[in-house]
Amino acid sequence: MTDPVEDLVAFGRRLRAAGVPASPDRIQAFASAVAMLDPLVTEDVYWAGRLTLCADPDDIARFDLVFTSWVYGHDPRYRLVGEVAGTTRRDRVLADVGGETDDKSDEAGSGDDRPIGLAASDVELLRHRDYPQLSSAERAEVRRLIALLDPVGPPRASRRYHPARRGLLDAHRTVRAMLARGGEPAGLRRRARGIKPRRLVFLVDVSGSMTAYSDALLRVAHAAVRRRPSTEVFTMGTRLTRVTRELRYRDPDHALVAAGRAVPDWSGGTRLGEQLKAFCDRWGQRGTARGALVVLASDGWERGDAGVLGAQMARLRRLAHRVVWVNPHVAKPGFAPATAGLRAALPHVDDFLAGHDLAAYEQLAKVLSGTVPQATRKPLDSPVAQGADRVAGASGGGAGGGNDA
Amino acid sequence: MEETRRSALAEALSADDVRRALAEQDYLADQGLATAVFLALRMGRPLFCEGDAGVGKTSVAAAIADALNAPLIRLQCYEGIDAAQALYDWDFPRQLLHLRAAEAAGLHDAEALEAGLYDRRFLLARPLLAALEADPCVLLVDEVDRADDEFEAFLLEVLSEFTVTVPELGTIRADRPPVVVLTSNRTREVHDALKRRCLYHWLDHPTVEREVAIIKRRLPGVSDRLAADVAAAVAVLRGGDLLKPPGVAESIDWASALRTLGADHLDSLAAEATLGVVLKYREDLDRVRANGLEVLAGVTSESG
Repeated sequence: MTDPVEDLVAFGRRLRAAGVPASPDRIQAFASAVAMLDPLVTEDVYWAGRLTLCADPDDIARFDLVFTSWVYGHDPRYRLVGEVAGTTRRDRVLADVGGETDDKSDEAGSGDDRPIGLAASDVELLRHRDYPQLSSAERAEVRRLIALLDPVGPPRASRRYHPARRGLLDAHRTVRAMLARGGEPAGLRRRARGIKPRRLVFLVDVSGSMTAYSDALLRVAHAAVRRRPSTEVFTMGTRLTRVTRELRYRDPDHALVAAGRAVPDWSGGTRLGEQLKAFCDRWGQRGTARGALVVLASDGWERGDAGVLGAQMARLRRLAHRVVWVNPHVAKPGFAPATAGLRAALPHVDDFLAGHDLAAYEQLAKVLSGTVPQATRKPLDSPVAQGADRVAGASGGGAGGGNDA
Repeated sequence: MEETRRSALAEALSADDVRRALAEQDYLADQGLATAVFLALRMGRPLFCEGDAGVGKTSVAAAIADALNAPLIRLQCYEGIDAAQALYDWDFPRQLLHLRAAEAAGLHDAEALEAGLYDRRFLLARPLLAALEADPCVLLVDEVDRADDEFEAFLLEVLSEFTVTVPELGTIRADRPPVVVLTSNRTREVHDALKRRCLYHWLDHPTVEREVAIIKRRLPGVSDRLAADVAAAVAVLRGGDLLKPPGVAESIDWASALRTLGADHLDSLAAEATLGVVLKYREDLDRVRANGLEVLAGVTSESG
């Protein structure tokens, strides 16, 4: 019999490898929670661990997987879901443990005893990304991007009041000032609302057709996360993965490697509409996209139904302050938004930008910082803006391809 | 009577004790939530509840408070909330009045006047301070995700030390830390430092059997058939592709509405008349109607 504490620590290490932030203080809490329950009852240990080690619904799915293999070894016939936990699995999370996946439609207590590895990977191409180390020139570029992203950004009114020269009467400070003078009347103090930068949300397509660009776009997202901590980043391929936590690392290499590890569907297919819907359902509508500046980086090659994409883009636009679509293919000569996905989505896009080189990213950074006048719907005078016009014209029944540059 | 009820939860020795104590308050917790509450009480850690709207995050705090026979002190968070609204505030008008009254009475002992000015009686206790001073009590920090980062950092400080320092008065310390329940709807990610101090529990929608039990517990007049029908229909709705899947609160409302209309089971006519009670988005209503309301009505009759 091994030392139980050693066992718990080893379990914590496996959890961390799977992406659950099981820090030493959490492990300590886990150990004391187990001590208060019955360490011999699997269910008690499960709940003690889940309550102390997880911090996010995504963590719970990962935790379940690691816990199952910890308790039952690698025997794939055992599934925790329904057996012990009895919870509905809402998140499609793939942990590094044995490479198993969790089917989206997986419901609790389905009595499903398929080997775990077969759950979803037969329809999806899942792979993690290997990153080469950044060269010093690339590092310099990252630093420039970070510097470019002005933390003030497109502002919104904050609900927090600050002392101001003009504005509403600040009864508090006025009376406090009076009190300081022994109750004699003092000058009126005033207060006004401050301004806050809007939240940035990045949705980065990591499908096969975007391979050449998704790294760079994630680097922009990393810069944004570093500069504005409220930023949220998701990758979209055949699944939606939140990588904000991974991108919080200061070092760009480290951050991208961590993100690469978290994303299970690099260079797979795209079901853009479906992923966008997942985003709106699980995050956007709850508040992540509300009043935010949403950057969607994709080439719009949709494998699924373009109608779904259009409907979800409309929904996203209703939620967000502004929707920016970054398309790396825009700068190519003779580009026209011909794919059905793009055609469906473009009417709901505020800015349609290129995303193929550093200059384009600088332009993007300017849009994100609000230094480009936001009233104009043509942020670039390249084929980009015309592309948007063309689609708008085509959908209105006019002929496409007008060249007014 | 009161005393025995109070001890049931305060002296719970296992998660099952907690479950029974909460059930007495008409809150039917599952194993996970019961364990979470048990550990929160025993370890003295705040309980951080996340989950969809209407799964019973706020009501668990109320149930704990009732079961402990302790007051529930609620701090509703919103963007821009600050220490003066959450912690304490000086009652400036009364202080001024005090000053004037002292002057009028001809008091000129400056030192006594100053000391009297920052007396505890001029301190307005807001929820956090009130929770430190009341013992026992349950502090509910509701929708903490709606507050901004600045407030979160401040909350972290209070929740880790359970002390508040008022410069003019000194440090106020809780004799026994209150039971703290935080809820979040995930409109934004709450900082990890705050979560690390808490037990994290994700509340899911209940199983159909539990939901039937909850409906019957909350609405004693509802027939078994109706409760089962509603729970089954709500389960179908949750499985569907809706913008806002109904929570437990909605199913209770629905059962209550159907009972008010005199229905003893759910058929497509009754469902049509009351659908607005469960579904609050036009898109959802359209989608469910397009699929046919018989789907909702026919769930339990098939299985018997």
